[in-house]
Amino acid sequence: MPDTTRTAESDPTKTMDEPTGSTSSSSAHEVSPHLEPKPASETPSTETIFDCRNVDVLYSGKLAVAEVTAPLMKREITALIGPSGCGKSTFLRCLNRMNDLIPGAEVRGEIIYHGQDLYAKDVDPVQVRKHIGMVFQKPNPFPKSIYENIAFGPRIVGMKGDMDEIVENALKRASLWDDVKDRLKDNAFGMSGGQQQRLCIARALAVEPDVLLMDEPCSALDPISTNRIEDLMLEIKEQYSIVIVTHNMQQAARVSDKTAFFTVDLSAGESNRVGRLVEHDVTEKIFTQPEDKRTEEYVTGKFG
Amino acid sequence: MAGTPSTTQPAMGGGGSGPNLLRTRTPRSVGENAIRVSLFVAAAISVITTTLIVLSLLRETVAFFGDVGATEFLFGTKWTPQLAGEQQSFGMVPVLVGTLYITGIAMLVAVPLGLLAAIYLSEYAPPRVRKIIKPILEVLAGVPTIVFGFFALTFITPELLRPLLGPEVQQSNQLAAGLLVGLLVLPTIASVAEDAMTAVPYSLREGAFGMGASRLIVSLRVVFPAALSGIIAALVLGASRAIGETLVILLAGGSGQLLPQIVTDPTQASGSMAAFIASTATGDAPTGSIEFETIFAVGFTLFVICLVLNLLSIRLVGKYRQVYE
Repeated sequence: MPDTTRTAESDPTKTMDEPTGSTSSSSAHEVSPHLEPKPASETPSTETIFDCRNVDVLYSGKLAVAEVTAPLMKREITALIGPSGCGKSTFLRCLNRMNDLIPGAEVRGEIIYHGQDLYAKDVDPVQVRKHIGMVFQKPNPFPKSIYENIAFGPRIVGMKGDMDEIVENALKRASLWDDVKDRLKDNAFGMSGGQQQRLCIARALAVEPDVLLMDEPCSALDPISTNRIEDLMLEIKEQYSIVIVTHNMQQAARVSDKTAFFTVDLSAGESNRVGRLVEHDVTEKIFTQPEDKRTEEYVTGKFG
Repeated sequence: MAGTPSTTQPAMGGGGSGPNLLRTRTPRSVGENAIRVSLFVAAAISVITTTLIVLSLLRETVAFFGDVGATEFLFGTKWTPQLAGEQQSFGMVPVLVGTLYITGIAMLVAVPLGLLAAIYLSEYAPPRVRKIIKPILEVLAGVPTIVFGFFALTFITPELLRPLLGPEVQQSNQLAAGLLVGLLVLPTIASVAEDAMTAVPYSLREGAFGMGASRLIVSLRVVFPAALSGIIAALVLGASRAIGETLVILLAGGSGQLLPQIVTDPTQASGSMAAFIASTATGDAPTGSIEFETIFAVGFTLFVICLVLNLLSIRLVGKYRQVYE
């Protein structure tokens, strides 16, 4: 169970009012969309799950993503959109320290999660990832049975309880149980791509994280499977905070509460491409009346 | 000068027009045929050679079994083919046990070390370290085996085993031979197993890391099982090399020529089937004699053992093979 203590630091009003630093283009966090009543039925989130402050990512000393400052809200779906190479995936991977696995990668700045900086010296990335699960671009089930795929995580984190029950619950949360309950012992590779991806979601949910990071989870799937994953995301956001990277703007518009638009900054030259956060706001606003011209050009299809 | 007819001309024969799709004989098509034939001949030569080797083995083996009963050969426990008259006995079990004993010691050394090295190289080592160590391993796998044998004979036994275990350690002994054969096959096992583990897609590791698995868990519970078929292949390859290893054993483990009973003491000399063949074939057994035929009978048995081992590995590899896109 996530046992990180919640402190006053995660109070959004505090983080909202902070001076937002250097990115003048990034006007998103000056707005406090969650404080105004949202037309949608669900109650807007009032707590941040990640408070990112001046996050830079460097690969072998070269800046790849610069100065991302954004509060990401609890129990919301935040979509990260933008053209290829804008650093949205790289940024996503900062949120559960997956970048640590890449030799030469370095993250600067702060990402406050439940009052703790994820990049503080004494933070163990392995512990971080137990609370912040991830689903990848291509379904990547283990070459094991469906049951073993789900049971893997709970076993390694030492979850107590009846494993059959844990597996069943995880599969039900990913609305996969009815599809596979009669063939739990079958190899996961025999499933369709969409089912494999839902299995990967179930596998991530089985260890009971409180955040799910999704890196273009539908890019390898057909529209019907994509639709099911989107429905699933909307179902589970009651309990989880979700951050999704997507190339598909319709998808961002359909599922997300907030959207963050990244772009590639070429001002330092073609070989020094740097990803920057341009605008982060309520999804509807990003798609209908964005503050920044670059956002408008991107969402209306004039660029990218 | 076999010019292709221009496609704009009406095709000859029928009334239809369009590009000429008929096969024509050009210098190039003749060349293609020649290449195909020579490739076939190259493939055929290797198959034919192998068949001839097996046949020649088989001929002498059949002659051998005309004189010695198969039961005595396969189950007898007194191996004295070089002795004369009453003393001569062809029970192969002691030399077979010697082979397996030394192979066993070798695998005890090589399997854990080899697999740990493979896990280190594929999962833990920084790219730079790996780039240095991997080629060294591959070069080690090609060190002439006589070097290992000589090392066992002149260093391991006198400088290491005797001080540790006492003076009763024979100059040739199963322990020294086993240890060195183990070191000999270690790079092979490490290198092939490492290839298998590196071939496991990175996405599988990411999946496990992404839910809070440590590097150790990812290595042992994700990568290792996913690479199992390749790892089994590595182990079988190592075992085959150990079983067929000749020079190290001949120098450091015994010639396998005179084994009146099964040797179970690791400090004593035994020998292996391959060592027996090498020492007897270079001795003075006259062609056509029973001693001479013994070489072929032992050789054929060794051939069958390695064949069975390889068939087994093909089955195991097939069983655990996982195809990734």
